[in-house]
Amino acid sequence: MKAMIVKEFRELIRDRRTVGLLVGLPLILLVVFGYAANFYVDHVSAAVVGPQAEQVAAQLPDLFEVQTVDTAATEQDARDMLRDDVVDVALVTGGDAAGGTSSTATALIDGSNLFAAQSILAAVNATGGAITPEVLYNPDLTTAWVMIPAIIGLILTFIGTIVTSIGLVREREAGTLEQLAVMPIKPGTVILGKIAPYFLLAAIDMVIVTALGMLLFDVPFNGNVLTFALGAAIFLFVVLGIGVFISTISQTAGQAIQTAFFVLMPQILLSGMIFPLEAMAAGVRWIGYLLPLTYFTKISQGVMLRGAGIDSLWLPFVVLTVMAVAIFTAATLRFRRDLAPERRERTAS
Amino acid sequence: MTFGARGVSVSFDGTTALRDVSVDVPDAAVIAVVGGDGAGKSTLLRTLVRQVAPDSGTVDAPGKADLGYLPASSGSWAALTVAQNLDFAAGAYGLAGAALEQRRTELLAAADLTAASDRLASQLSGGMRRKLGFLMAIVHRPRLVVLDEPSTGVDPVSRIDLWRLISEEAASGTAVVMSTTYLDEAERAGHLVVLDAGEVLVQGSNDDVRASFAGAVTRSVTAGATPVRPEWSWRRGHARHEFWPDGEPPVGSDVVAPDLEDIVIALSLERRLAGVAR
Repeated sequence: MKAMIVKEFRELIRDRRTVGLLVGLPLILLVVFGYAANFYVDHVSAAVVGPQAEQVAAQLPDLFEVQTVDTAATEQDARDMLRDDVVDVALVTGGDAAGGTSSTATALIDGSNLFAAQSILAAVNATGGAITPEVLYNPDLTTAWVMIPAIIGLILTFIGTIVTSIGLVREREAGTLEQLAVMPIKPGTVILGKIAPYFLLAAIDMVIVTALGMLLFDVPFNGNVLTFALGAAIFLFVVLGIGVFISTISQTAGQAIQTAFFVLMPQILLSGMIFPLEAMAAGVRWIGYLLPLTYFTKISQGVMLRGAGIDSLWLPFVVLTVMAVAIFTAATLRFRRDLAPERRERTAS
Repeated sequence: MTFGARGVSVSFDGTTALRDVSVDVPDAAVIAVVGGDGAGKSTLLRTLVRQVAPDSGTVDAPGKADLGYLPASSGSWAALTVAQNLDFAAGAYGLAGAALEQRRTELLAAADLTAASDRLASQLSGGMRRKLGFLMAIVHRPRLVVLDEPSTGVDPVSRIDLWRLISEEAASGTAVVMSTTYLDEAERAGHLVVLDAGEVLVQGSNDDVRASFAGAVTRSVTAGATPVRPEWSWRRGHARHEFWPDGEPPVGSDVVAPDLEDIVIALSLERRLAGVAR
């Protein structure tokens, strides 16, 4: 018994990554997630348009951080701003600029931003009817409508990252990696060849999950399918690339899976999928902005719920593309070290 | 064309794996690299296929397209069939279509694996799997084939099969370098390189190695008797053999003609015990 325990301890001490995860991870998780765990949004970005925009803007509660006051803008402009995710709420005022008449305003609320919408709705209702709320894109504020587009990304992340993280490690463990290294195949080709089947499988998975989400939960698909497909494809490259990168820094399948989980955990809680990004403490919110799922969620919610086009979603598209290029470059460079030590050779003829 | 290593030294984290090793691998020859565990055999072979960069010295080896390699591991993909493994290796070297068909048929027949072509590599016996690995290493008709212990763990009948394949490949003009721990097998190669602790103890043809051996080996069969110089002796079957580097065993000793195993052990002992009283 004692011998067994001693042996386990000795093995464990040599596996520094596991020890690090066991000791460090709970601390990191508690601190990071503790600061992230907040459903209450205490500030929302707002636009006020219409003839009485200035008066209405002046009377808004503190919750509203007014970004735009435009007396010349129309209701259509307000709707465009919501669709393009420029603001969380747009107040459309009526009457004339001189005031005098009992001013009525309609608050157009972006229902795809669930928790912000709930805060706005509560604040609007507290005005005692001065402002009439109208929730767009998710009129009943159904949680599933907001979650399904994000969950599609989460599922793809799980499948893509974990499966590909084992891929190269398996070659290393079986001793076939060295055989590949001697063959005239470029490192980039090996990586692309490795991920191609998983890319296809994950793409099929995505179609099934999206269709099922729409069928079972009545989630609408208001935007362009091609925009969604393009975003999903770039996102898939990122998550598969992360898997390959993990594969290049792991010696065993166990290490690879541990590392993959370490990368996946924050995506669930910090990508804005569960806790709204704007409600997180600034100290942890920036982590959310480093996660690919954050940007895929913006694309999927934008396209599916708001019908947003690529012109308003260009930022998440650019960020995901940069991430894809960066992660593949890093993975290829790391992998090249495994495949081509002859670069360091002094002379060879 | 002669491939090989010239004055190659390799160290890993300060530990010397090869020291000033030179080996020639001419066309149509089989070079056997022999030595015990940790002698540096795999490092030498991995240096030849450019998987290890030498600290000093040069390596003459063809480019990847003309290089075949069977690593010490299985050498094939477990979840692919025999034919799929061969097709993958062939495809990696640009072989396709009718040329691939023909080459696959020819190789599988030569290795007596035709009937097993649809079996998964994981379901093959050790010997069949090594034969498959060898076929994958030569599928593209390389100019240099490097085989890391192709016959380790393989039954005697399959070893004969493997040797036939290796000899045929060399006869067709390919330069072959292989490592082995089986000294009887090494005797079949045209040229031997005996490594110990990263250094070449001796190399040459089988006859050269025997002729260059200085010293005498004696044999004693006294059961349970403690050898006079235990550090200079080793067990061979029921007998003990003992090495006398100066070639002068005690009068009356049973002097034997050393075989390759005796020579390799004697030279290793001589290197390790340099300085110990003889």
